[in-house]
Amino acid sequence: MSAGASTRVAAPAPAGPARSGSGLVRTALPPVLLGLVAILLWQGAVTVLAIKPFILPGPFAIGEQFTANLQNVLNGMAVTGRNALIGLVLGAIVGVLLAILSALVRVFDEMAAPVVAAFAVVPIVALAPVLYTMFGANAETARQLVAALAVFVPVYFNTLKGLRMVRPVHRDLMRSYAASNWQATKTVTLPTAVPFVFTGLRIASSLAVISALIAEYFGGPVGGLGKSITSAASSSNYGLAWAYVLGSIILGLLLYCAALGLEKLVSRRAPTA
Amino acid sequence: MTTAALPVQHAVQVNAVSRVFAGRKGASVTALDAVSLTVAPGEFVSLIGPSGCGKSTLLRLIADLDTPTDGSIEVFGKSARQARIDQDYGIAFQQAGLLPWRTVTGNIELPLELHGTGKAARRERAAELIELVGLTDFAGHYPDQLSGGMQQRVAIARSLAESPSLLLMDEPFGALDEMTRERMQNELVRICAETSAAVVFVTHSIPEAVFLSNRVVVMSPRPGRIRDVLSVNLGRVSDRGENLREDEGFFHSVSQVRELLHGSASTGARGVETR
Repeated sequence: MSAGASTRVAAPAPAGPARSGSGLVRTALPPVLLGLVAILLWQGAVTVLAIKPFILPGPFAIGEQFTANLQNVLNGMAVTGRNALIGLVLGAIVGVLLAILSALVRVFDEMAAPVVAAFAVVPIVALAPVLYTMFGANAETARQLVAALAVFVPVYFNTLKGLRMVRPVHRDLMRSYAASNWQATKTVTLPTAVPFVFTGLRIASSLAVISALIAEYFGGPVGGLGKSITSAASSSNYGLAWAYVLGSIILGLLLYCAALGLEKLVSRRAPTA
Repeated sequence: MTTAALPVQHAVQVNAVSRVFAGRKGASVTALDAVSLTVAPGEFVSLIGPSGCGKSTLLRLIADLDTPTDGSIEVFGKSARQARIDQDYGIAFQQAGLLPWRTVTGNIELPLELHGTGKAARRERAAELIELVGLTDFAGHYPDQLSGGMQQRVAIARSLAESPSLLLMDEPFGALDEMTRERMQNELVRICAETSAAVVFVTHSIPEAVFLSNRVVVMSPRPGRIRDVLSVNLGRVSDRGENLREDEGFFHSVSQVRELLHGSASTGARGVETR
């Protein structure tokens, strides 16, 4: 039965995100153009309407301050970014581990659900002052913990959801193989959950930066972006304050893009059905 | 009982099995009602019937993916549960159910890996099976790079990985187009001849059941019962080929099954359904 020959049609290559150069230009050009037009309009409005810098400095003034204080902004980004990253890693590890525990042990899930829901609605940054007194006002620990707590919630929920997405046919298959609980978890449940974990991480990445930065407003050592924004603003250096805001936007984007890149990399073979 | 005096052992023996699903508010659905069936070693038996006749339920019970409400099931003289634990059967579902993050080789190796076969032996067996189902050029591909028919062939190779003496197949070709389907049937006939495993095959398709089987079990719905069992005398399964589809005996058996399914004399005796 030579059925093979006629069926050996080349399988279509999966349509990847690979774009030609001109496609990339076409995708990237409109938003860049829109951004440029917005900046020009902004600068025009500030100049023409003579808006005072403490209300809104022009983008050129902000850019000037940004380049003049580049080293300070970069230092601030390093301090806040480090806190956010430590929080992200810590919160993600705890979130994934607890989600696995919840998925395996039903009682634990029932106990944890209301607690995690409470975490989700409490404005976690509000814990910062309490944590500063707990860990000392000259340590970064409080900020890292705030970021970790903010990260924990989306990672936990997404992972738990992913762990419950095992397809019935895979569950039947594992049972037919008389696979142990751990074998089934390792071969089917965890790989199915991985794309969900990374979706959680992507959401958490921006939360980590926001939380680490806002936590600086409540005290602790100087040097981070949040402290720099407040001190620049309180010394009437509005252009500089905005330069630090620009730095935090870049930091947030960096972490988000890193998480997105990781997600894309891992979920190439994600279950589609 | 001594080994010498052992009677001919059945591959599958289903004794007066019922399965009742509890519905809401006390309402219950009888999926199977006192069904009895035996399958001899090496025999190819198809279960056919309209939707809701319990054919898939019966297969799941034999596979011990579900437990009967009443009655007993023996697989090679053991309880269905023990047979599952001993890995006496291989199974294929309507959905290929491949793990998308594993290559073709990785998917076929899965059962061997779970049961502790060494890496080299696994590779060797997988290569053998990939050749058997004619996918040698695709060993390193991922499931989403394969067509539906190819995925189903991988699933069948996977079900054969541990050389089971019983194959359970739940409409494995149900989602394929007619041409692919006939080709897959031809391949299944060839594979069965090579492995000499008993097969319990659930299908919707009359020609498929007749082409593949030694016996066709016709079932009726609500409650699920066996209406009749038809022996198909078309020669050994291993000798069946493409020509059989044009055979007078084939058409005769097809219309016989159709009559049994509809419970009365069929009107178009010679017509063959498209699936």
